[in-house]
Amino acid sequence: MINMRLVWIKFIRLICVVLVVTALTFLLVNLLPGDAAYVIGGEDATLRDIQAIRHELGLDRNVVERYFVWLGDLVRGDLGKSYLTGEPVIEVIVSRLPVTIELIVISQFLALFFALPAGISSAYRNGTFLDRFFSAAGFATLSIPSFVMALLMIYVFSIQLQWLPATGYTPFFDGPWANIKSFILPGLSIALIEWVVLMRVLRSDMITTLQQNFILMARAKGLPPWKVLLHHALRPSSFTLITVVGIQIGRYIGEAVIVETIFALPGIGRLLMNAIYGRDYMMVQGCILLVTVGYVSINSVVDILYTVLDPRIRTEKSNAE
Amino acid sequence: MPNKNTTARLGMTFWIPLIWIAFVAVSAATAGWWAIPESDRMDWENLSAKPGTKSDDVVLQHTGETEKTDYTYWMGTDTMGRDIISRLVYGSRISLSVGLFSPLIGFLLGGLLGCMAGYYRGRLESTIVAAMDIILAFPGLVFLLAISFYLGPNLKNLIMALGFLTIPAFSRVARAKTLALSDEEFVQAARLSGFGNISILVREIIPNVIIPMAIYGLLVVAFMIMAEGALSFLGLGIPAPTPSWGGMIAEGREVLDEAPHVSMIPAFVMFLTVISFNLMGDSLRSLLERRKGKL
Repeated sequence: MINMRLVWIKFIRLICVVLVVTALTFLLVNLLPGDAAYVIGGEDATLRDIQAIRHELGLDRNVVERYFVWLGDLVRGDLGKSYLTGEPVIEVIVSRLPVTIELIVISQFLALFFALPAGISSAYRNGTFLDRFFSAAGFATLSIPSFVMALLMIYVFSIQLQWLPATGYTPFFDGPWANIKSFILPGLSIALIEWVVLMRVLRSDMITTLQQNFILMARAKGLPPWKVLLHHALRPSSFTLITVVGIQIGRYIGEAVIVETIFALPGIGRLLMNAIYGRDYMMVQGCILLVTVGYVSINSVVDILYTVLDPRIRTEKSNAE
Repeated sequence: MPNKNTTARLGMTFWIPLIWIAFVAVSAATAGWWAIPESDRMDWENLSAKPGTKSDDVVLQHTGETEKTDYTYWMGTDTMGRDIISRLVYGSRISLSVGLFSPLIGFLLGGLLGCMAGYYRGRLESTIVAAMDIILAFPGLVFLLAISFYLGPNLKNLIMALGFLTIPAFSRVARAKTLALSDEEFVQAARLSGFGNISILVREIIPNVIIPMAIYGLLVVAFMIMAEGALSFLGLGIPAPTPSWGGMIAEGREVLDEAPHVSMIPAFVMFLTVISFNLMGDSLRSLLERRKGKL
């Protein structure tokens, strides 16, 4: 049963965070010397031109007023227009969003692909060489920042082995295989760092599960170890894992900025970076809003689901079965 | 029952990393005395030179323009012909100062807030926890990009912004430890002896919270060094020509196919430093747990 009070608390918290974060960004924009009018006007613009542009963009009004105008438009689903290209911010964001979502899904998939076998086998062989090997490998990869991992991937797979392209993006409908190929290295750069967290969570839960009576029972029945591990032990051990998978999606948004920039993927991260370099404040504001809302809502949904799927209740239930 | 896991000693996983960190710290402090070229001195005849390239007309730092000497680029040069050793040594100043000073902000502010939240409980606690949740909800990298974009990328802003982001994590650790300590007998004893709240916090709680927090701090240091690297890599860290490890890795991207050492040497140095802090933190933490287990 979903706790409605919790949902409300989370929703109110989301609104608070959005207000604080957007107000903060607006304030920061105002602290900056010079404004977008100078960027748009270019070097030859006269003071009169600048004034006209400022008036057109509404930059001549004070910051509090502008913030409330922006908030009012936001409620109607309008995030303003890009200062540089004139396109509506919301349309640009919607067109870039699928790329980032695909990147996040592929990285999480790859991370699980590494974490599941490593976590299961190190829990089963707890304390042996294999366990220590995975734990050391995890320690090492956690000490590699994602931008270094991305360069390593490019060096190994596209420069030395020439298996995959280092940059470039093909839309899915132009060629599904080429599209997937352009996501493998970016996905690996994130996955090879984040698998460690998943592996550790799964390992520690699995060790607890393996000490339970129903596992002893399954083993006594003479089931082969892989069957005990996959059919009996994995499910009750994976509730924390599911939660962590959810929480990590929030963290991936930060990694996506770096990885998309390196691999030239046209997602939200790259859009934000380009908007920052081009001083396109409306776009920066829109991207920050999207990222904050996405991050907080995912975390809240995970928190709510966690109370639904409380692992202790589930484990006891499977004991009784 | 004797168990070899209960011997409370620090092993190689503590001492070897410590030696490396000490080496980096001493290099950063003595960079000015090394017989190396200036970190921004370009050698147009040796662009992206391989490690071990020799040159006979290199001007070392603090010498006159005409005094050319023989010099071996033991780690090669970067795309602009600058000595990688010199840039690494000077770059370590940035990495270490960001890595050490920004967690200090979180340690002091977060620690204080966490101890107060855990000790006083009630409305103060819920306010502090809610504020920390808001900071945690804001994606860190975006905040850093915004600060460096709006307020300008200099060392002071970078340290402050990164430090601010570490406050919630430290406050969580401090609050959890304080909550656990509040029920301990020595705290009860102090309260019954008539000591005031402030005096209990300062004399009983804080001394017991500081050590686990400092150990946690080592992991934060490792994370901060990576964060500074990522910002410099994106061109939003300390502006050029000041050398920084992240910036060096970024510059080598262009020549990754012909001269991978330009990126990979600073990347490896950064990796060694980060893993050293992680290993030190981890071995101290398990030492503390084992000592506690023994009592």
